Amino acid sequence: MTHISMCRRTLIATGTAAVIATGPGLVSHASAQGLAPTKSMRGGSNNYRPDAPIVKRIGGGGFLMTGSVRRADDGAPLEGIRIQVWAHTTEGHERDPWSHGATLTNADGLFQLDMPQIVPAFGQPHGHLAYDSGEFETVFLRPVMASARDTSLSAHFVLQPT
Amino acid sequence: MTVFRAIVVWSGLAGVIVVTIIVAAGSEYLQYRSATYVTAGFAGVVALALLVTQPLLASGHLPGLTMLASRRIHRWTGAVLVLAVCVHVVGLWVTSPPDMVDALTFTAPTAFSVFGVVAMWAVFATALLAGFRRKLPVRPHIWRIAHTMAATIVVIGTVAHVLLIEGTMGTVTKVLMCMVSFGALVLAVRRLRPWVGLWRGRETPSRG
Repeated sequence: MTHISMCRRTLIATGTAAVIATGPGLVSHASAQGLAPTKSMRGGSNNYRPDAPIVKRIGGGGFLMTGSVRRADDGAPLEGIRIQVWAHTTEGHERDPWSHGATLTNADGLFQLDMPQIVPAFGQPHGHLAYDSGEFETVFLRPVMASARDTSLSAHFVLQPT
Repeated sequence: MTVFRAIVVWSGLAGVIVVTIIVAAGSEYLQYRSATYVTAGFAGVVALALLVTQPLLASGHLPGLTMLASRRIHRWTGAVLVLAVCVHVVGLWVTSPPDMVDALTFTAPTAFSVFGVVAMWAVFATALLAGFRRKLPVRPHIWRIAHTMAATIVVIGTVAHVLLIEGTMGTVTKVLMCMVSFGALVLAVRRLRPWVGLWRGRETPSRG
């Protein structure tokens, strides 16, 4: 009868531990089958410039924008997807053309772009990213840095074919 | 004692405001901003400083001023406050039109925009009430409570707006200014008691 002596707290703790241990595995398995497309964030498209060129880095660099691009439903990594990045940095405002640049994803669907340090503007240290090439639905993201001192930021796209 | 109190109150108030502006002027973020953006930001800081004094001027809490002089300054400070808010909003609009449009249409991703825009409309409402006080067909009691309520929305909206923003203002001076601003409002409302006489519909002795 040892199981009866298990107190309520232990039961909850054990149960929670079991859920934590198995939970993420179950969730990631389920989501890979029906990955939902990323929705554009509020204010994501602000100061967007559709013609931003593909660049090795924006300005002098020193801050790293990273991320991934996958296809909705099956979650397959997408290669050669053009992602545009812009922000208010130590080198310019969001509206300045030289604050904008684009890059392409690699075979694993990953991208990274070196850019100047993002500084808080309009009340938050944030960056902007866009997918707007037509093959998939357009998505604008506006991730916010946890701290203005951060030297990197990431954003992830799940794109829906048009 | 009266002189001593006057010195303490005035130097305390001036000290908080001056230190706040000096700290904001020393922000490292300023070097990355255009003149328009810097001006817009400082118009906001100045508006906050003026807002701190407004309730104290309305209630005659500032020593050395007669109630008449205090109220006269209150009106002028109010006008300058409206101007500062306009410079703040227009400057930010010029700096980044889509961000300002989002804020004004309540579609911005940031909560402080909502508080800021609510405070802006409340400032305009408070000022319009003041400007048309004699022409409005309402009893003085109604006017007093309306003006006070609009001003209360200004202070609460502004405090929330200011505290949530990550910008050029220093954290310590920012929190201090917000506390003084809210404290000033409480002191003024406690002294003026704008609700008195509201339900009786009778004239009460004006404290002005």
